[in-house]
Amino acid sequence: MQGLRITIEVLIGSIILGYLMAFIAGFCRLSKNPIIKYMTIFYVEVFRGTSLIVQLFWLFYALPILFGIDLGSDYLAGILAIGLNYGAYMSEVVRGSILSVAKGQTEAATALNMSRFQRMRLVIFPQAVRMMLPEFGNYLIQMLKATSLVSLIGMADILYYGDILRGNNLSQAPTVYFLVLVFYFIMALPLIWLTRKMEAASKKGVAS
Amino acid sequence: MNTGNWQWDTFFEAFPLILEGLGITLGLTVATYLFALIFGFVWTLLSAVRIKPLRWLFRWIMEFIRSTPPLVQLFFIFFAWPMVPVVGFAMSPFISAIIGLGVHFSTYIGEVYRSGIEAVDKGQWEAARALNFSTGHKWSKIIIPQAIPPTIPMLGNYLIIMFKEIPLASTIGVAGILNLANSYGAANFRYLEPLTIVAILFLVLSYPSAILINKLERKMNRRFDKKEPTGSKSLSEEEKEGAVS
Amino acid sequence: MTESIVSYKDVHKSFGDTEVLTGINLDIKPAEKVAVIGPSGSGKTTIIRMLMTLEEPTSGNIIVDGSNLWHMEKNGQLVPANEKHLRQVRGDIGMVFQHFNLFPHMTILDNCMSAPVHVQKVDKKEAKQLSIEMLEKVGLGDKLDSYPSQLSGGQKQRVAMARALVMRPKVMLFDEVTSALDPELVGEVLEVIRDIAKEGEMAMVLVTHEMEFARDIADRVLFLDNGVIAEQGPPADVLENSTNERLQSFLHRFRS
Repeated sequence: MQGLRITIEVLIGSIILGYLMAFIAGFCRLSKNPIIKYMTIFYVEVFRGTSLIVQLFWLFYALPILFGIDLGSDYLAGILAIGLNYGAYMSEVVRGSILSVAKGQTEAATALNMSRFQRMRLVIFPQAVRMMLPEFGNYLIQMLKATSLVSLIGMADILYYGDILRGNNLSQAPTVYFLVLVFYFIMALPLIWLTRKMEAASKKGVAS
Repeated sequence: MNTGNWQWDTFFEAFPLILEGLGITLGLTVATYLFALIFGFVWTLLSAVRIKPLRWLFRWIMEFIRSTPPLVQLFFIFFAWPMVPVVGFAMSPFISAIIGLGVHFSTYIGEVYRSGIEAVDKGQWEAARALNFSTGHKWSKIIIPQAIPPTIPMLGNYLIIMFKEIPLASTIGVAGILNLANSYGAANFRYLEPLTIVAILFLVLSYPSAILINKLERKMNRRFDKKEPTGSKSLSEEEKEGAVS
Repeated sequence: MTESIVSYKDVHKSFGDTEVLTGINLDIKPAEKVAVIGPSGSGKTTIIRMLMTLEEPTSGNIIVDGSNLWHMEKNGQLVPANEKHLRQVRGDIGMVFQHFNLFPHMTILDNCMSAPVHVQKVDKKEAKQLSIEMLEKVGLGDKLDSYPSQLSGGQKQRVAMARALVMRPKVMLFDEVTSALDPELVGEVLEVIRDIAKEGEMAMVLVTHEMEFARDIADRVLFLDNGVIAEQGPPADVLENSTNERLQSFLHRFRS
């Protein structure tokens, strides 16, 4: 099935962009610079406060008009919408995890005369990442589900081909859509397995 | 086709038209939410049946529904269900949306209930047994009243999450705000303003609700004598006190 | 008279509206062992936390080995210290915490090696050898690859001491290091501190509730009360012969 490739490509693109934005925005929200901080809050709240499907349409139709930027392809709109949306959600996970590393850890690192950067790199961040893992795993599955939306802006993913097949033979609709669901589930299985692994990994070596 | 920049004329022309869909969007949200709240109980019961293979089967069905896209499920209900032999029948877009999205989210709600029940202290079950309560009384008087209130903030969060998934229903023709904005766009070749209006409406409605839920959550945590969600916060407070000792 | 390694000059500290320390003047000589006692809330811990740069004084100066800790010179004027200045000056100070604060994601050995390798830029092999030596000294040579969560409270606190010692500080701070421990584990930790104290050349400041222990190892005992040093002197004078009423009632509570 051809649509599989598009779905997986969009998924991988969204995952990369999503995680990237999660860390960038997560750290920027902790910044002491008020401009950086409030711009990040604006980004996070807008993307969390509006619906993904609305963002997708907006990026697809409106952005080229508003800024004269032609995104060129529906690819870019799809990956941007899903990546930016879930990046905003996951940035909260990043921020929360960093803040929830015990204050005593920072103090101990200070007492060992580590610089601010060393404290983050050697002490805070490694502990925070372990706390992020289970949530990050859950969002993988959410992003997979979200890729189905790109068929709405005309991308030829699994669902798009499913719709075409149904159009050819209406009585086949139940079989076709059930097959599409099964395809998604088969793709989700490794992600579910990965999420369980991540949960297990995060339980190790955190309790002090 | 006018591809110029932002036009306030269009904005004000489209605004009342789109606003008309708000009632449907909100109505669909509430209906779907109620459906999910009730159906969630079914999942909680099914995933607790005593026959092991059955329980295993139900849990996998839940997992299946949860990890496949709601959009496809919606299409299945709307386009495919009427074609299913014997049991199939056609439903209006609105009803299809309630069932399609409601079933999807009920699997999450069911998990919330389950976590609430599991969080009830083991001693409570033992006390119920010691006082010789009947099974019905045990659940209605002891377990449920303790299991549900702590989950209210989580349930509130799902209301907001569902509200943001409701525009999926526009794809099968439910005339909510996104659907109206898209038809306006198609008719006038202008998508920028109508879609921006939709985004603003979502932001205006969901952001304050999110803040409200957040407050509720903190209040609940205090009432149920739980620690703040970040376990370390209590430590840092302890140290703050320690600093003055 | 020897030069002080640390001296507090009229140091004040407020938390919000409450002034916890109202003018601390204190000189600590190299190799001197100072015990700080006093009722809870008297600001004992705050004194050493300001020296470790975990808390900033509201006013006053702290001089460490000739350098002003919280201020630096810029264009001939004293300005609040930046991170770089703080790092330069606090390199001579080490601290052991009440709640250990070991890094849970590192083995015992890595806990000890982290600072020498990354902060002092000591060669990795050398840092490892030094860390193993220190861990053997505190009696944990067989636990190198364990994680903190696998240790008892007393063992954790001994690791924390080894971790601070590998930095070879000139001043070591102990913040109620036994108060979070089960009573039967207190002894092993005090024993290690005693050993460290015997070795000599490092100055030590111990905030403690263990009066017997303070008498044993301290050269000088400070009684902190109402934000000032209310009484100080050799252990025998302060702990037995003082006429200060508040000190007596404080000590009385500990004896009974």
